[in-house]
Amino acid sequence: MKMITVAGPPSSGKTSVILHALASISGQKAAVVKFDCLTAVDKEQYEAVGITVRVGYAGKLCPDHYFVTNVPDAFDWAVRSGFDLLITESAGLCNRCSPYIHGIPAVCVIDNLSGIHTPRKLGPLLRMADVIVVTKADLVSQAEREVFAYNIRKMNPRATLLRVNGMTGQGAFLLAKSFALAPEKETLSGLSLRFTTPSSVCAYCTGEKRIGLEYPLGMTRPMEFDL
Amino acid sequence: MTEDELYRLPLGALIEKYPACRDFLKSYGLLTLDASLPFPQALEKDLPDSFREMQLSASDLADLLVAFHTSDADAHIRVSSLEIVGGSDKDGRPENISVMLCPGDVVSLVGPTGSGKSQLLADIECAARADTPSRRRILFNGTEIPDARRFSFGSRLVAQLTQNMNFVMDVSAEEFLEMHALSWMLSDTAPIVDRCFEMANRLSGERFRKDTRLTRLSGGQARALMIADTVMISPAPILLIDEIENAGIDRLEAMKLLTQGKKIVLLATHDPLLALSAGRRIILQNGGIRAVLEQDETDRENLKELSEADRLNTSLRQAVRNGERNGKDVGNV
Repeated sequence: MKMITVAGPPSSGKTSVILHALASISGQKAAVVKFDCLTAVDKEQYEAVGITVRVGYAGKLCPDHYFVTNVPDAFDWAVRSGFDLLITESAGLCNRCSPYIHGIPAVCVIDNLSGIHTPRKLGPLLRMADVIVVTKADLVSQAEREVFAYNIRKMNPRATLLRVNGMTGQGAFLLAKSFALAPEKETLSGLSLRFTTPSSVCAYCTGEKRIGLEYPLGMTRPMEFDL
Repeated sequence: MTEDELYRLPLGALIEKYPACRDFLKSYGLLTLDASLPFPQALEKDLPDSFREMQLSASDLADLLVAFHTSDADAHIRVSSLEIVGGSDKDGRPENISVMLCPGDVVSLVGPTGSGKSQLLADIECAARADTPSRRRILFNGTEIPDARRFSFGSRLVAQLTQNMNFVMDVSAEEFLEMHALSWMLSDTAPIVDRCFEMANRLSGERFRKDTRLTRLSGGQARALMIADTVMISPAPILLIDEIENAGIDRLEAMKLLTQGKKIVLLATHDPLLALSAGRRIILQNGGIRAVLEQDETDRENLKELSEADRLNTSLRQAVRNGERNGKDVGNV
């Protein structure tokens, strides 16, 4: 089975891009597993066009820990169910991490309206992607498209840059063509993440809400302030 | 930039030779590096700890800088011809046509809403290989672009101007033009910024200043700046324009600018003045190309009448807005 990880900030157009790309693939059985924090509203959109979707909520857990501990099972489920292609969709989370795996194509969806400095702010989510899909490019000037692309290249000069219109689907079939180049995998077991997840597990990760030095009970890193 | 230069030249000299280096370093917060050392050595000496957390080593950053400088390599590809090889219309009827375009050609696309103007522009943007709804093939310099290169192709060779576009940056007109010129790694941006600014003012009819914020520009001024900037600064050899006629700009000046350049321009329009100004026009119907007409004597005569009407319209608009009547100021109350 082939697998693709798709990630990007909230409302950048991940679901629309995936829907348009899948619509232009014929003869392949595709499933989507959506990883989200507390809520996800895209399930109905997938089901409306007959795409099998499973949704996982990280809830109280670190979303990236949640992703990496569940994605092997998601993969096995899709293999057992007879799918040819599995797409995982993760929300942007805190921009500290990226849900990308070595050997599995990684797609970052980022929107042209989000400000020209966004590529710099995204970190590994953008820096470690193989394909960067830019949405909403039809709404900004040619110059801003080009400056945005330039700012992406500064952070990730090797990625393939693709513009997809989330409304009309223009450009999505090229993304679908890139899916076809993904390698066949039998399992995720043994593969590794491209970027580490947070290592500091403290009481706040497990539900602590009170503020004060005595509460974190774990790894902390105090900032330094003058005076 | 070659790896040899990276390891040999002191960082200061490297920045002088490749001005975009400075911008790269700024983005990574590395402007304080020792400029007397080559970049890799300067990094070894002073790489901030925060980079370790980003999983970026000194050699990763050195590789990134070289990759960044070579990443726009095919941005300046020369396109000596673009050929539209007919596919079929919405009912599957073959178009049986092929249209050859060369640099400097301005072609208008006309036809009622839904006739397929936008699809034709989209076909060109994605370098179609009989795999879009129109089944057309687009040949560049006589050949199809292989799939592997199509992925990022559209963003490099094709620039676009449409009615939906807006400025979303909050900077001055001058900063905007500078930022754009810099993104193409031009070393001396001042002359092109000046020329572009002058051209934008000529197109808009109403002057704005270099320090005018983009967000304060009128619709016409914004459109004029976009056109001048796209034609003059964007290196893309192909320009696709989708309906700019209602923009409140000097359309005749705009057409002059478009035809002067060495770009291939395709212009979808409902405006007869723009449509007839083009050397050729493609007539679309039901998703297919119905005919390609060369500008002829009749067109030129019609164009003359339309231009006169346009001039009258422009001068009256100016007069009305200035509070004049019959060429005279109506005076104060």
